[in-house]
Amino acid sequence: MNKKLVGVLIAVVLVAAGFMFLRPKQELPTAPSAETAVDLKVGFVYVGPVGDGGWTYMHDAGRLEMEKAFPGMETFFVESVPEGPDSVRVMETFIQNGAKLVFATSFGYMDFVQDVAAKNPDVVFMHCSGYKTAANVGNYFGRMYQARYLSGLVAGKMSKSNIIGYVAANPIPEVIRGINAFTLGAQKTNPKVKVKVVWLFSWFDPAKEKEATLALIDAGADVIAMHADSGAAPQTAEEAGVYVVGYNNDMSRYAPTKHLTAPVWNWGMVYKHIAGQVIEGTWKSSNIWWGLKEKFVGLAPISSEVPEETVTLVNSETENIISGKGDVFTGPIMNQKGEVVVQTGEKMSDGDMLGMNWFVMGVEGEIPK
Amino acid sequence: MRYRILFKKRYNSTFLFEGFLSLLSVIAALFFAGIALKLFGVSPVRAYAAMFRGALGSWYGVGEVIVKAIPLIIAGVAVALAFRMKIWNIGAEGQIYIGALAATAAVRFLSTGNQFVMLSTMVAAAFLGGGIWGYLAGFLKARWNVNEIITTLMLNYIAIHLVEYFIYGPWRDPSSLGFPMTAPFPASARLPQFFDSRVHMGIFAAILLIMAFRLVIRWTRWGFEIRAIGDNPKAARYAGIRYGRNILLLMFMSGAIAGVAGMVEISGLQGRLQHGFSPGYGYTAIIVAWLARLNPWGILIVAFFMGVLLVGGDTLQIVMRLPVASVQVIQGCILFAVLASEFIRNYRIQIVKRERE
Repeated sequence: MNKKLVGVLIAVVLVAAGFMFLRPKQELPTAPSAETAVDLKVGFVYVGPVGDGGWTYMHDAGRLEMEKAFPGMETFFVESVPEGPDSVRVMETFIQNGAKLVFATSFGYMDFVQDVAAKNPDVVFMHCSGYKTAANVGNYFGRMYQARYLSGLVAGKMSKSNIIGYVAANPIPEVIRGINAFTLGAQKTNPKVKVKVVWLFSWFDPAKEKEATLALIDAGADVIAMHADSGAAPQTAEEAGVYVVGYNNDMSRYAPTKHLTAPVWNWGMVYKHIAGQVIEGTWKSSNIWWGLKEKFVGLAPISSEVPEETVTLVNSETENIISGKGDVFTGPIMNQKGEVVVQTGEKMSDGDMLGMNWFVMGVEGEIPK
Repeated sequence: MRYRILFKKRYNSTFLFEGFLSLLSVIAALFFAGIALKLFGVSPVRAYAAMFRGALGSWYGVGEVIVKAIPLIIAGVAVALAFRMKIWNIGAEGQIYIGALAATAAVRFLSTGNQFVMLSTMVAAAFLGGGIWGYLAGFLKARWNVNEIITTLMLNYIAIHLVEYFIYGPWRDPSSLGFPMTAPFPASARLPQFFDSRVHMGIFAAILLIMAFRLVIRWTRWGFEIRAIGDNPKAARYAGIRYGRNILLLMFMSGAIAGVAGMVEISGLQGRLQHGFSPGYGYTAIIVAWLARLNPWGILIVAFFMGVLLVGGDTLQIVMRLPVASVQVIQGCILFAVLASEFIRNYRIQIVKRERE
């Protein structure tokens, strides 16, 4: 082909791609009736772009749900904020524009939330997935491990090679807890199963997510599970013809034929809850850690290829967890070396779960030390 | 009668002309980005007004612009120094990371309550660390003529992984519930901040480095050698300037200065070593150096301008409800315009009348 023509084509495609990034403007909420209108401005700090199809996308869905529930409420957000000193400026800019409630939606903002909160005592801060609180700083997160366990039941059943690949973002307790819960679930339906872990050391990096997925498939995995922000792993699994368990939301749009199920978030309910408290003036600093019971986490629809008995098992285990009869981390649980970490019948405490830094037996991978 | 466009090679250009070109490319960039904003349904004038109001409309905004400009100036000088000799050090990002790593090592192993001693040790460690990182690429270039563009770029990834190794591994703060970051620095290891803002003492380092850069390039023998090699390496070698030795020294200094940017950033703002403390300063510094045409005062102005763009970008997202990509489009337009202006810089364009034959 003519070189010039190729050049022109590339330029056209690049320009078109550039414009595709510019999504249509957010509709401002229409003026509500004076009676019900609330006067609250809320700012959201996002770690990725709202178009990531996963983590930030779901937070943004939660934001919109909250905005709808409170006519008159105004929300702001800034995307792709690095987990560093830049986040301070973003939060301060929210406050200068009138925000009285700020949600910081990634762990790395923790110290910076504390700094900004100390300077702005009249603003409420909610930090997702952290552990530091103050009079005007609370934390919120979900017991995603419960939904991970349920998805593990499905994945274990569907694996024939007994190798499941797990694309994992960062070696921090949240992710480790998810891997362990998933593995325990998979072992329940398939005692011989091994879960191979590949670390990305990044939350959002579609190229790496794809590479890791391919590497795990090469290593014999016939089911892929993932803990990352985008839909790259499901997409890759679909292309390779391998089953996949998504994350964040129903990712069957990335893997129409291979998507088994996905542990999903429902941020809207917690955002509505917190905003309601702030509006009523009843908000107090706390650590929210809700699970299946509160419907903060859940499971996306299960693929029709999964046997009926497994779906029944998922339902009964869900009821078990909700009723409190049995939680995921109930002993006996052994670590990779075969040492019993949780004694038979014993339930792991929330504190131990929040600081989890070891793998259960059956996980193949290392936690960097 | 017809017109003909002639391109003539331009051999000398003045500072004024270079400045004019930079200004012109920024205006052209804002114009083209404006078209994108317009297509997006936003008035470009209102968007730019919101951007500049957000960045410069309050003392807080101005302070934040300076905070952003500090690492960009320091890393910009580092990059410009290398570029002046036509050594393409695009490894400032990695050198920033190693500088921060070395400064953190100083805090861990040479900790003292005396703030002056502590900060000086940290600067020295960062200088040395970044310098060694630059020297590695310089050595490969001087010894085996390995392309420094490749090596400096690759060393960036190694540097980032090295930092990750330490924050996920041996230096992980045991009281952080297993989250990847070092323990907070003691107060003596923090650069003081001024005026109830986040502007920190790194600003003095930035200004000092700008002046030193100007002084060295203009008035010293080494500066002369850098310029001579940069203008014509063959002629310089023929004139007896030692090429290899100069590359080693240059890459060490370039890396060392970038390393200081890393120290300043974690000591002034972050207060601990944590992943992602540099949102690509080392790469933005390349744009800064280039846009400034490697001129020291130009770096100061351009870094400030980039700060305005970054800080104002938040306002663009918050007030105008534009996606982050719009800020990136504006930055991309500026870079393209600068590259395009290279042509005008190198060629004189003349339009001459031609008689019909």
